[in-house]
Amino acid sequence: MRKTKLPAIIKLLPFLLMVALSGCSSMAVLNPKGQVGSDEKTLIITAAILMLIVIIPVVVMTIVFAYRFRASNKKATYKPDWAHSRKIEAVVWGVPILIVLALSILSWVTTHSLDPFKPLSMKDKQPVTIQVVSLDWKWLFIYPEQGIATVNEIQFPVNTPVNFQLTSATVMNSFFIPQLGSQIYTMAGMKTQLHLVADHAGTYRGLSANFSGRGFSGMTFKAIATSKANFDDWVKKVKASSKTLDASSYQQLAKPSEDNSVEYYSSVPPNLFESILRMYMATTKAGSSS
Amino acid sequence: MLGKLSLSAIPYDNPIVMVAFGFMIAAVIALLILVTALRKWKYLWDEWLTTVDHKRIGVMYIIVAIVMGVRGFADVVMMRSQLALSYGSHYGYLPPHHYDQIFSAHGVIMIFFMAMPFVIGLINIAVPLQIGARDVAFPFMNSVSFWTFFVGVVLVNISLGIGEFSKVGWMGYPPLSEPTYSPGVGVDYYIWALEIAGVGTLMTGINFFVTIIKMRAPGMTLMKMPVFTWTALGTNMLIIGAFPILTVVLALLAMDRYLGTHFFTNSGGGNMMMYVNLFWAWGHPEVYILVLPAFGVFSEVVATFTGKRLFGYKSMVYATMAITVISYIVWLHHFFTMGAGGDVNAFFSISTMIIAVPTGVKIFNWLFTIYRGRLRLTVPILWTLGFIVTFVWGGMSGVMLAIPGADFVLHNSQFLIAHFHNVIIGGTVFGVIAGFTYWFPKAFGFKLNEKIGKSAFWFFIVGFYVTFIPIYILGFMGMTRRINHYTNPAFQAPMWVAVSGVGITAIAILLLIVQMYVSIRDRNKNRDLTGDPWDGRTLEWSVSSPPPHYNFAEIPAVRDIDAFWDMKKQGIKHSRPAQYHDVHMPKNTPAGLFVGIFSLLFGFAIIWHIWWLTIIGFIGVIATVIVRTSNDDIYHYVPAEEVKEHDDHHAKQALAQEV
Repeated sequence: MRKTKLPAIIKLLPFLLMVALSGCSSMAVLNPKGQVGSDEKTLIITAAILMLIVIIPVVVMTIVFAYRFRASNKKATYKPDWAHSRKIEAVVWGVPILIVLALSILSWVTTHSLDPFKPLSMKDKQPVTIQVVSLDWKWLFIYPEQGIATVNEIQFPVNTPVNFQLTSATVMNSFFIPQLGSQIYTMAGMKTQLHLVADHAGTYRGLSANFSGRGFSGMTFKAIATSKANFDDWVKKVKASSKTLDASSYQQLAKPSEDNSVEYYSSVPPNLFESILRMYMATTKAGSSS
Repeated sequence: MLGKLSLSAIPYDNPIVMVAFGFMIAAVIALLILVTALRKWKYLWDEWLTTVDHKRIGVMYIIVAIVMGVRGFADVVMMRSQLALSYGSHYGYLPPHHYDQIFSAHGVIMIFFMAMPFVIGLINIAVPLQIGARDVAFPFMNSVSFWTFFVGVVLVNISLGIGEFSKVGWMGYPPLSEPTYSPGVGVDYYIWALEIAGVGTLMTGINFFVTIIKMRAPGMTLMKMPVFTWTALGTNMLIIGAFPILTVVLALLAMDRYLGTHFFTNSGGGNMMMYVNLFWAWGHPEVYILVLPAFGVFSEVVATFTGKRLFGYKSMVYATMAITVISYIVWLHHFFTMGAGGDVNAFFSISTMIIAVPTGVKIFNWLFTIYRGRLRLTVPILWTLGFIVTFVWGGMSGVMLAIPGADFVLHNSQFLIAHFHNVIIGGTVFGVIAGFTYWFPKAFGFKLNEKIGKSAFWFFIVGFYVTFIPIYILGFMGMTRRINHYTNPAFQAPMWVAVSGVGITAIAILLLIVQMYVSIRDRNKNRDLTGDPWDGRTLEWSVSSPPPHYNFAEIPAVRDIDAFWDMKKQGIKHSRPAQYHDVHMPKNTPAGLFVGIFSLLFGFAIIWHIWWLTIIGFIGVIATVIVRTSNDDIYHYVPAEEVKEHDDHHAKQALAQEV
């Protein structure tokens, strides 16, 4: 019987191959399905290319210099006191400065254009508003225009801007749908905003991207982009749900729980979002102490 | 009487913790028995526990750093294997309450109790020697620094078996770290370990700042200081500016937890983002506190092993100081996703990217030092070359994260994890291993085994890439940090590759331990009798290895940046003082150790609300310091004959080895 021992690296190859093959479709951030995500992908790639202008020469120079000027190579020039050159100094300061200048302009422009608080302007498209509340450890979504609420699932029409208003009724979380783009923190007593749009119909994974305690790993949700007609049907379906959200069922929901299933609420008190927000706002508390 | 402490604080139900804690106790007991059996208590007390010698203190820092590094790596093995196993219907073997403690402890240990002491240990060993000083400015304070730091280490290790450690991550963000959400003692262990160790670090910062400014040998102007000393100066300036912020922010959190204040709570007008701002106002300078001395090490190593003057010394100095200053104004890049608005985010984005310029300059200067040099491929050089080709990728991912538009999809992801490990491992860890190998013969009088050192390097760097390339990819897949379970099938393959990378790194760490064992065993073959084993350039190589406790028989006169190289060129490296004088040195003192013991009582007691012991501990610290400062008999003279005798002996040995 012959035993052949494969080097570790060859054993790893199938894995590496799997990573590479699954790469294109499974790399959510590099496979965006919305305008914001696409812009951010372009930004990442542009920045990477700009930096490779320096990085590739550095890696090549390291290997070439180390090999060429190795101690055993007596043919190489040896100048033990050579330690200054205006030309080289100008290049080693100049090139990084130019690249950082380019990156700074890129950053200034995109930081403003991709500001999560900035509404997306799309002609003839009425945006959908979704209010987001992070709870221990699930997401409450309120559709104020439709008068419905859900847990751990949102639907919205494709090619339509979605305006998220976000807060937390517990510790800080971060609301993130990787394939649609930007994330934003949810913080108690503070309202943040996020504007996203989906260019393609589909079901996208959503998650909390800021550690929030024991049930954090299960704090995921589905974001479903669908046609306008399907969305309207879905709203009807939610409205037909037997569950409603009122003050007492909200209190029940707000209690810590893990790996929550999707819930639909056919009605929700108006201003629930604002009252959660106000619960932790400094001004109301200041009044109570006087 | 015992506050919140009772027998139920011991996690009997958790076999992993109990085995680990049992192992730790067994190791401590074995050590105590060993010291007793070898009758080394007096030696240990006289030479180490009560020492005020910066070299000895440096060695103790590094021993603790290595031990804690191994513990931090054990956390890695657990976290990575848990993540590989915990997919779909499988939940792995670590429940959240344990897993969350592990990642919190891993971060705290690796930053505060591995990287920090390693860096401070190297600074302790090398800086006074490099500037031609006989000790630091405040030798007793140096001992207090070490012992208070050590109290932090002890507290973190006690938390393993008595109570629990923090479960909220190494940053301790409120409101999660507030009593409403974290009622246990975990966060209190975190707060007091860092408060007490942080005071020690601040004293180190002050001590070395004064030492470098005031105690340089005649002739060593600022622009003739070795680059490692420059980077140490930058680091200590950052410590002085940044550590008080950490101390204050943790004190405010402690007030929230102990006194019911509302600095960072959800209710009562608290604002958690104030904590986040203050934490990173310390946290970002901290990154450069860790990496600047590593840059210093690489500068020394490259110049030494190319046998060539460092290229662009002035550029290096300006770059170091530019990094020092700018690192104070970049902190907001840790939370662009707070929603601060375009102008604020863009400001911090650009200030962050500006730091890439001086860092880039440094890398080019190291490369042009190699250019036209005679590069000896020693172990420290391997780590240096490995650093250059690894660190640049960390820099690249860092600049990507510094652009808010990109950060919005990469923030808190595995990409971020890969990024900061790329710079902390590729920068600081490679740097301290290079520095450790480089200065080891100076501290102990013999070299480390080259062959094993080289194989350790190769396993380490391959292990690093195999671990962290998949983690970068996981970030692009949208995997966030700190989860202990996932349902996305695409995560599986990269997770397993990362685990195999951890395995390769484990071999490297094992090799480093074997290297230590073999080197000590074969020490007589690898003796450095000359004091200058690498053909060095700076003053630490002008004295014997190990140096006498007073370092220099006569304070050297400096004419050049590479002071010792200059002496060698002039042929005065063996020059001896015409006349020997008595040397004025501080006496050893147990006061630092006592401050540590009382701080430990204080820390442990306040964590468990044992108020009477808290008071005793606090008064004990103050009383020890008062008693010590009222003592005028703290110096002694080393007789001139003893100094001469050491010099004679060293000269004879050096001559024998050189011939």
